[in-house]
Formats: sequence, C-alpha cells, structure tokens
Amino acid sequence: MPLDPQRTPLTNGAVMLAKRTATTPAVAISVALRAGSSCDPAGRAGTTWLLSRVIDRGTASRSAADIAEELDRRGITLTISVTRHLFTVTCTCLSDDFEAVLALVGDIVMSPTVPERELAVRKGAVITAIRQDEDNPAVRALESLMALLYPGEHPYGRPTKGAIPMVEALTREDVLKLHRERFAPSAMTVVVVGDVETGKARETVERVFGGWKAAAPAAVPTPPIARAAARQQRVIAMPDKAQADLAYGFVSIKRRDPAYYAYWLMNNVFGQYALGGRLGDSIRERQGMAYYVSSSLDANVVEGPLVIRAGISPANVDRAIASIDEEIAGMVRGGVTAKELDESRRFLVGSIPRALETNAAIANFLQTMEFFELGLDYDARLPGLLGAVTLDEVNAAARGVLDAGRATVVVAGPVTS
Amino acid sequence: MPITPGAVTETRLDNGLKVLVQEEHTAPLASVWCWYRVGSKDERPGLTGISHWVEHMNFKGTTNIPRDQVKGIIEQFGGSWNGYTWIDQTTYLETATRDALDRMLFIESERMANCLYHPDDCESERTVIISELQGGENDPDQLLDQELTATAFKAHPYRHPTIGWLSDLQSMTREDLFSYYRRYYVPNNATLVVVGDVETDAALKRVAHYFGAIKPGADLPRLRTIEPEQTGERRLTIRKPGTTSYLKAGFHAPALGDAHFFPLAILDAVLTGAKGLNLWSSFRVPAPQRSARLYRALVEGGLASAVNGALLPTEQPFLYTISVTATDGTALSAVESSLLEALDRIEREGITDAELAKAKAQLRARLVFDRDSVTNIAHQLGYFETIASADAVASLPEKIAAVTLEQAAAAARHVLRPSNRTIGWFDPLH
Repeated sequence: MPLDPQRTPLTNGAVMLAKRTATTPAVAISVALRAGSSCDPAGRAGTTWLLSRVIDRGTASRSAADIAEELDRRGITLTISVTRHLFTVTCTCLSDDFEAVLALVGDIVMSPTVPERELAVRKGAVITAIRQDEDNPAVRALESLMALLYPGEHPYGRPTKGAIPMVEALTREDVLKLHRERFAPSAMTVVVVGDVETGKARETVERVFGGWKAAAPAAVPTPPIARAAARQQRVIAMPDKAQADLAYGFVSIKRRDPAYYAYWLMNNVFGQYALGGRLGDSIRERQGMAYYVSSSLDANVVEGPLVIRAGISPANVDRAIASIDEEIAGMVRGGVTAKELDESRRFLVGSIPRALETNAAIANFLQTMEFFELGLDYDARLPGLLGAVTLDEVNAAARGVLDAGRATVVVAGPVTS
Repeated sequence: MPITPGAVTETRLDNGLKVLVQEEHTAPLASVWCWYRVGSKDERPGLTGISHWVEHMNFKGTTNIPRDQVKGIIEQFGGSWNGYTWIDQTTYLETATRDALDRMLFIESERMANCLYHPDDCESERTVIISELQGGENDPDQLLDQELTATAFKAHPYRHPTIGWLSDLQSMTREDLFSYYRRYYVPNNATLVVVGDVETDAALKRVAHYFGAIKPGADLPRLRTIEPEQTGERRLTIRKPGTTSYLKAGFHAPALGDAHFFPLAILDAVLTGAKGLNLWSSFRVPAPQRSARLYRALVEGGLASAVNGALLPTEQPFLYTISVTATDGTALSAVESSLLEALDRIEREGITDAELAKAKAQLRARLVFDRDSVTNIAHQLGYFETIASADAVASLPEKIAAVTLEQAAAAARHVLRPSNRTIGWFDPLH
C-alpha cells in the first residue's frame, strides 16, 4: 500500500503533510524548520543548538511550568533535534490530545520568549554535554573527522553544540535574533501521522499556524568543498580509555545527485548489509577485532560524508585500519559482484514496509521526502529507483568516493601514534 | 480509548515449547521472537558472561544453515534480526514481511537445536565480546552502574554484569559454551512468539512443523539464592580520569510479582517521569519529566543536566536505580543532598492525589506508545512470559489504574528507606 500522504500548502507558505493510520490511538507530530546548525551566525557556532534547548521553556502565553504541566499530564515528551539543515520538534500524543498538543507545539515554535533564568539553566546543561563529549572517544573521533573533511568555516565541520567559551558568551538576544531571522512559515513543514482524520489534521494545522506571518529567511550560502588530495591521519590520545574508536571517511555526493541510489547500494554492500557488509565480514566476523564496524552515507544538501566507524581494541588499531584499506581496494579494483548488488537491492526494497511501520517513522520519512523534494509518490517509486541501478553504476560509485590514498582517518583512545 | 492488547492464542507443544500467537493486520509484517529462560543470573563464578557469549555464538551457522549462508538469510526478505541477553532472559528476533514467516521459524528452530560452535568462531568471538566490554568501560555512567549493582548485591547473581568479568571471558572454553547451550536451549525452556499479519491456525501448524520434532531437555536447576535484606547504606566512589561527575542511588526493588511493584512504578513516574514497561522500546523516547520532583529539584535547580529512574520488571527482586549527571562544576555532595532530601520527603509524606493521577495518565499513554509495531508487541508477550506470564501484559493498565495513595506511600517507606540504598559516585580526576 503506497503511503499516499495528503500535502497542503498554507497561504503563508508553510506546508503540511498528513497521513492517517490506525495502528494505535496515537498521533505523531513533526514540525521541521529549514533552520539547522548551518544557520549558526559566523563566529557563533552553537546558537542553534542552544535555541533548541530553550525554545520550549516559555512562550508569549505560557511559562516553562505551564508547558511542563501540559506535556507531563498527557505523558508527552518533546524531542527537539538539530541537524545541519533542519530544526525539528517531534512528539507522539494520544489521538484525543492532538488538537491541544499541536496548539502547544505551535506556540513553542512561533513565540518563544527565552526567559533569562531558563537560558542560564540550559546553558549549564549544554556545557555539561560538551564536557561529556570531550570524554567520549567515539564523539571525539567523529567530530575531528568532520573538522578535517570540512575545514575552515564550513558548517559541516563545526560541532553542533559549539565550544564552551562561545556557549557561555551567547546572550538571550543572540538566541532570539536567530529565531527571528530563521523561523518563518515559508521555511516550515508540519507533518501529522496517526489516528486522526486528515481533514481534521489539516484544519487544526491551519488554525494553529495559518495566521503566522514572518519574512522568508535569507538563503545561507554554503562554502565550496575541496576533497582531500592526500591521506591524512590524526590520533587523539585518551590514555585512560579501554577501547579506541575509529572514524575513517570521505566527502561523498549531494542527495540530489542522480548517482545517489548507486551510492546507497554501494554503501550497503560495503558497510551495512547484515552485520556491517564487507567491513563487518572482515573486521568483526573473520578477524574478531571489533564489536561494531559499519559505514554510513550522509549525502546531503551539499556533498555530505561517507563515514566508517569502529570500536577497536588498542592493540588492533593498525590492523583494523589496514583491513579497511584492503576492503576499499577490493571495492575499487574488484568491484561489487552481481550477487552482492542483488542481495542489497532485495534487502533495501524489502525493508520499506518495516521502515514505514510506525507513525514516527512515517513522519520522519515524509519530512525527508519534502525537504529533498522527492515527490509525494516517493515511497512507491523507491523500488523502481533502486531497481534501475546497474552494476557499472555501483562500481563507478565505489571508484568515485573510496580511495585509501585520500582517506581521512582519526583514532581516539588509548593509542599514541 | 481501547488500549487492551489484541487476543493472544496460547498453546504448548508436546516437547514443552510454549507458543504465543497474536494477529495484527495493520502492516504486511510478522515478528518472531524465541525466548529462553536463561540469563546472567543463571551463571556461576568463572562463567560470568556465558549467557551473552552463547547468544553471540548462536548467530554463526547451524547444521542446516552453513556458516557462509548466515549472512543474508533474513535480509533477503527485507528483514532484520537481533538478540539480547539480560539478567533473566536471552531472546532472538526476526521482523520481516509476512511471506518470511517460514524462514523466521526455520532460523529459530535451527538456533534451538543445531548451532555449530566451531572452535575458530568461539575464539574470534572472544575478542569481539572483550571489545564490547571495553566499549562499555569507556562510558563512566555504564561503569558506575556496573559497580553499583555489584555493591548492592552480595549474594544474588544479579550482582555481576551480563557482559561478564574480563578474566572469565579470557578463560572460558568452547566446551563451556557448548554445554551451556545444550543445557538451556531446549523447547521446555523456551517461548516462541509470533505477532503480525498471520493467520493463527496456519501459523501454529508451521510452528509445529519446525519445532515439533525437537527433543525436550532435562528439567533445569533453578537459582535458590535469595539476597539477604540490606541492613545499612552502602557506598562506593570511582576515581578515574574524566570530565563529568555522575551519581547513582540503587534500592533493592520488588520483582514484578510483588505487591510493591506497581506502586513503585507510580513513585518512579512522580520522581523522574514514566518510562513505560517495555525494555525494547521504552528508552527510545525520554520520559515526560519536566514537572517530576527530581527533575525540578536537580535539573531546574541547576545541579544536574540529567536525572533518570529505572525500574524494570524482573523475575526476582532487582534494583530501582536513580541516575544523575552533575552539571559542570557542581559538587556531587550538593547533588546527593538535594536528591536525598527529595527521597526523604516522599518516604515521609508519600505523594499527592494530583501526582497519582498524572503518573497514571503518563503510564497509560506510554503503554499505548510502546505497542506501535509488531516487534514491540511481540517483545512484551515474550518478556513477561519469561519472567512471569504473558497474561501480565493484558493486565498492565488495570494494575496501574488500581494503585492507591496508601500503596504508593507504603512502597516509598519500604523501598526508599536509607538502609536499603547504595550510593555510587563517579568523581573524575581532572
């Protein structure tokens, strides 16, 4: 059964997508603004993240305590996430609570007041989270890899939470200014999935958001990306840790690149299928060197990263890196086999019903579909898009991104060189 | 609003295998779980971590699934498979399109009877598991949890971590693993759960086809140790390099079948927000806790960046644990006094009518949210059957609704008293 969501543009430029399901008497709400961490003002990395921690702690008509009470008595948790390009507020509520909860979410998104006291408390939590990250080899390795892949002021290279001195210096006005400049109906998509009639969902969204007026945000330019010309390696010594974390990556492609589906299949064969694809076969299954190893492809608005990650015993770090190099060489020289391509394709197509089982998963899928302009029938077209990819295209994708000689490799943990 | 789970058909094969089937026709999917009543509490010294290692070995080929055909066996159907081991149970699952039902049952029947335990696979998995253990040690919160549990229990095997102690993982043999597998992986020690877009009678026939010929094993010895009552507060402090301070308070808690269990679930919701009772899904979304007592005292008070409570349904009395992350620069002593003051108050005064009503509403909502997929529904049936009875799932809303103020107050007095607690600090060396 195709999803067949109902899409309604509002007169103020906002877009809503609704899908009725009846699995449980519950509704998933997702409100996304094209205002991710890439919108952090120059020299003010972490402003968007701080806004995400405080946006729901007081509005023009509700105190933080009022919001707390409204959420808690309905058993609802708001999740506010920040990616490079999206600021997203999501929650699941009982169907009976839908209208009241959407009104609350609308108030939070449109009219935050950022009380000084709330800002101070959330800053303390953000600084603590940054300190926790400093002690986490997996986070240190990944953040360092991103900074090396996207150097200078590129927003993909900056840590989303920012740095402690910057967070300490951010003011209420900094946060409110970011909200004024980046939050507007023309940058917003509201998704409603669950046990609510789509007409009622539409009316409620129009009632809550239809009157919102704010100028369209100015476009945020993204600096050009230069791919690494040579291999670069970095070690972050954390001598008191028990295990090393490895992040090994490349700059890949844009999500809108026609080769995206070939890259997706290639990455599945390489570091996803079953227990981590070819990487999992070699490093976990045959050599027993790691509890986890996999690769992920984040093709995005601009050329996003392809990242291999593994947790490795310190004694095996060199051997694991050499094994990754070998697997890359195998992908580039020998290519993917027809059998591997067929298996990955069958898996990805076959897993669509499972990936679209829950309300929250469907809501997330619809947000991605809207953000990348994939079309309302994307779920129905997806098997065909994957089906059309040829072995030559997959092998071209491997050659296009995987090159051990130009890899960026970061190890964090109890290692010194 | 209906939140009662759908009808469950329960049967038992001649070899002792318990089978639970529930039809759910909302998506063209089916989820199969096979549960074994064996977990880390069944391990003796020298063999800690063996249940979990056995779980890993049971993904490595069987008599009729050659090693090189394991990869992709369920992925061909778009499915995923996984497993976990905890203190009371080991479980395996597949979720895939409904046409893979036979494949899923075949995999589980093979896993029960025909796993290979090739010596090379045992050796390569030893280092994988040690890597898993070391990854856990990298996380100070996890390390503190392990040490707190080991301090709170002195007799009951709930005291050792499911991953096991390092020296046991270094010394265990293939023979240890294989004989443990043969002893516990028998139909009379297992429950098979099927939930999804299936027809019950047809599914039961397929279950009988795949599992009917597996021979039952000997009756299994069950643990006799009962943890003696704790007679005074216990404390531990970990001093290691790190950036952040953590505090945990653990209280010996009622098992699922004890009278204080549901009142304590209410108290936990009042203190830290309701988590629900699904180990597989409850932790995907944090608890609604902004108005909870400990959140207000610690997080709103600027002392902590996070506070969480954990009360999980277990077969025997385990722990109710409160975990706090101190904000940068805050002394653990300040966190502890604020925490203990809030606990002391709830122990002395109980909770209010309004708090009781809110906690019940939260738990009721979580029960709905936690059954949003065939995988989650199947998990709950098998989980509760393994520690008590699958019937417990259907009675959860009623049990929660029935909790009174007096019962909550009695549970607070019984569980939260100082002599029943263990306090652990992770106090980093900067």
